[in-house]
Amino acid sequence: MRPQKIVKEMSMTTIIDFLFGPFIDFAFMRHALVGSAALAVGACPVGVFLMLRRMSLAGDALSHAILPGVALGFFVSGLSLVPMALGGLVAGLIVALLSGLVARNTVQKEDASLAAFYLVSLALGVALISLRGNSIDLTHILFGTVLALDRQSLLMIGAVASITLVALALFWRALVLECLDPTFLRTVSRAGPLAHSVFLILVVLNLVGGFQAMGTLLCVGLMMLPAAAARFWAKRLEALCLIAMAIGIVSCWIGLLVSYHLNLSSGAAIVLVAGMFYLASLIFSPRGVFGQKPNRAQHKAA
Amino acid sequence: MASFRLENLTLGYDGHPAVHHLNGEFATGSLTAVLGPNGAGKSTLLKALAGLLKPIAGTISRKKDDAKEIAYLPQASEVDRTFPVSVKDLVATGLFQRRGLFTAQTKQDESAIAQALNDVGLDGFAARGLDTLSGGQFQRTLFARVILQDAKTILLDEPFSAVDSKTTDDLLKIIAHWQSERRTIVAVLHDEELVRRHFPDTLLLAREPLGWGATAQVLTKSNLLRARQIHEAWDEAAEDCERDEHDHHH
Repeated sequence: MRPQKIVKEMSMTTIIDFLFGPFIDFAFMRHALVGSAALAVGACPVGVFLMLRRMSLAGDALSHAILPGVALGFFVSGLSLVPMALGGLVAGLIVALLSGLVARNTVQKEDASLAAFYLVSLALGVALISLRGNSIDLTHILFGTVLALDRQSLLMIGAVASITLVALALFWRALVLECLDPTFLRTVSRAGPLAHSVFLILVVLNLVGGFQAMGTLLCVGLMMLPAAAARFWAKRLEALCLIAMAIGIVSCWIGLLVSYHLNLSSGAAIVLVAGMFYLASLIFSPRGVFGQKPNRAQHKAA
Repeated sequence: MASFRLENLTLGYDGHPAVHHLNGEFATGSLTAVLGPNGAGKSTLLKALAGLLKPIAGTISRKKDDAKEIAYLPQASEVDRTFPVSVKDLVATGLFQRRGLFTAQTKQDESAIAQALNDVGLDGFAARGLDTLSGGQFQRTLFARVILQDAKTILLDEPFSAVDSKTTDDLLKIIAHWQSERRTIVAVLHDEELVRRHFPDTLLLAREPLGWGATAQVLTKSNLLRARQIHEAWDEAAEDCERDEHDHHH
């Protein structure tokens, strides 16, 4: 064999080792990959709908709102998954429902009421954690531990992703119409408020599913960034959801590698990679900053 | 036979009435224009007929099984035109009343969608994104959805406000066709000449009805003058309110 070829083959093995080695060698890396990828499958389409409803920041608000519930769960049984997840779910739903109620029954708009309730909820969460627990616990809750996903966590994430996909499929028509033309939906059906509630539950469910892996601060990143990136490439809703999922899954894979090789927080690494996809889409997509501005030429066509 | 019967109907927002004590009926198969100055309560009336607004007082009665038989096309439609769906997807939402949340679309639905697009002159537009349409093409798309809704009653709020004259003519033909199918049509409009030419009945509204019946009898000089005077009286009233508020600050 010629020496050049050996070098080439060696570098191939190195690349393969770099890209797949950690997942072949370590069970915790495999768990992290499966868990975060499953998370992306459910959370990314939910993020697409959040974005299309102009509620991108509502996801962020709700991700903070789950904190006191997680903290209470932590009070009851330490760093154990199910009580923390249940607490987070309840806290997130309370904040979502209360802000919706205030928006429907007073002059205040939903963004203001949501901001008010999530801030109170966030402060309550931090206060609870400061009462008991140390800063390491707080770090766990805020930043997640994707590298310590056990069987129970994987089952929970799998359940969240499954429920999300089934619910999206069932309520697809109503969810689409509620964003596209809410007045029309109101004239033809009473499904609007139901679809809205189901959707909010899905948002909170995916945030809770993600908090252990990504942390409450960053779980919304895997939800929104792939959706925002995909918007530059897709013209149709179905394609948008699929591209967002793909970007989410690849972000998890590359993010975990980066986290492993550079010894970075895994949640942060995943969200940073997703952010890279967003920036790249922004710059290189035909619909991005250097692309053709849509609509201009066709504006006066009829 | 009445499609809608209004009795002492009073409509408004937050207790401020926009339409006072309206009595009368829209007959089945009638084609009525609702005309009047800005702020006369025309759109409010249409919203109430569509079931989107509860009356402050009085009633709107209609045959019970007609409840779902209304197609309502709002002014400056609330459709999010940046939403990533095709013309065909938007038109297909007109099937919601028949297909509901879960039932799949049939082959007949597919051809009904194609036919509706053909009727409004949008052949070949099915796959286009909403964000590529002109104002006229978009209004044609919404008319195709109304066609697909196949409703007994059709409510149109300023359907020609953002479209050119060619589109207006085409859409007027569709409205005439609907009338020939004995559908009840109520359209809020502002173009008096267009109403005289194409709408047999008119309701002249300035918060209270100034006339309701055959267009030629309603759109008399004296009625139109009264409508204008009432409108000017509101403007003065509005100034009064501002002055009052100003005084409060002192």
